[in-house]
Amino acid sequence: MSMVLYIAVMAGVTYLIRVIPFAFFRKEIKSVYIKSFLYYVPYAVLSAMTIPAIFYSTGSYPTAIAGTITALIMAYFDLPLIAVALGACAAAFLTGIFI
Amino acid sequence: MKNKSKFIKGAADGIPIGLGYLSVSFGFGIMAVGAGLSPYEAFVISLTNLTSAGQAQGVSVIAAGGTLAEMALVQLVINIRYALMALSLSQKLDKRFTPIHRFFAAYGITDEIFAVCSSKKEPITPSYMYGVIAVSAFGWTLGTFLGAIAGELLPPSVSSALGIVLYGMFIAIVVPAAKKQKSILTVSVIAALLGIMCKYLLPFISGGFAVIICAVAASVIGAVLFPRKEEKP
Repeated sequence: MSMVLYIAVMAGVTYLIRVIPFAFFRKEIKSVYIKSFLYYVPYAVLSAMTIPAIFYSTGSYPTAIAGTITALIMAYFDLPLIAVALGACAAAFLTGIFI
Repeated sequence: MKNKSKFIKGAADGIPIGLGYLSVSFGFGIMAVGAGLSPYEAFVISLTNLTSAGQAQGVSVIAAGGTLAEMALVQLVINIRYALMALSLSQKLDKRFTPIHRFFAAYGITDEIFAVCSSKKEPITPSYMYGVIAVSAFGWTLGTFLGAIAGELLPPSVSSALGIVLYGMFIAIVVPAAKKQKSILTVSVIAALLGIMCKYLLPFISGGFAVIICAVAASVIGAVLFPRKEEKP
């Protein structure tokens, strides 16, 4: 499959999702269930994307697990996004040195 | 002149977003090159998409040789939250936001830009939003390109550790929200468990579709178990 097509589809769909409601849609969604569904989608997407893929993200289980645990702990204490992201990397890197 | 100062105000508000994007997209650049894309392709994806989760999953669809239909569905499900944000933001636009401006500014609706714009007391002008978008998109594309190049130069111990950076950010988004709301915790745990089941029990389902199925199922369960009465969090 051509890379140009992949990128065109990615960018096109993503743009349409943003522009249609922004430029055309004026009515408010009333259904509590649809609103609730849309509210939960981002968290469900991020969880399903992260687990189990995160365990394969560094090429070795011990470093990935160290990074995951570090990120979970740092996130639990409400540290900023960047601190958590880089903390996970640092933990994975340091674990990699010792194994 | 007034528009110019609004643009500068937006650009200033965009600096923290741009810096954050710079470091996260660095990880995306490394991930994209690791999946077999060129630094130029990674750069074009970041410039045209301006979204983290959608791009990360899009690259794995490309790496797995998925179909275009799968790509479209994956982007639709992962990025559908932008439709909600766009809808909400469209309610607080200044009257200077003509249809043309709406077409351009829609490009820049991301989680962080939405958060900054919707936190403003006054209506959003096109100049202000363009300022935020310009600085944020600059950080996102620059970081992607640097990461894509550095991914080839860095020692493997460093670049493999950086492979976890985007997932670390996802955890940083989900965990604090799950801590505050039992409904989000439940939905997230269900999505993760379904993700594990798909991976190990139904390995013939491709990664992109697995994410869609798990996320939609978990969100439906969430909407049925915990319908939200109030307007916005």
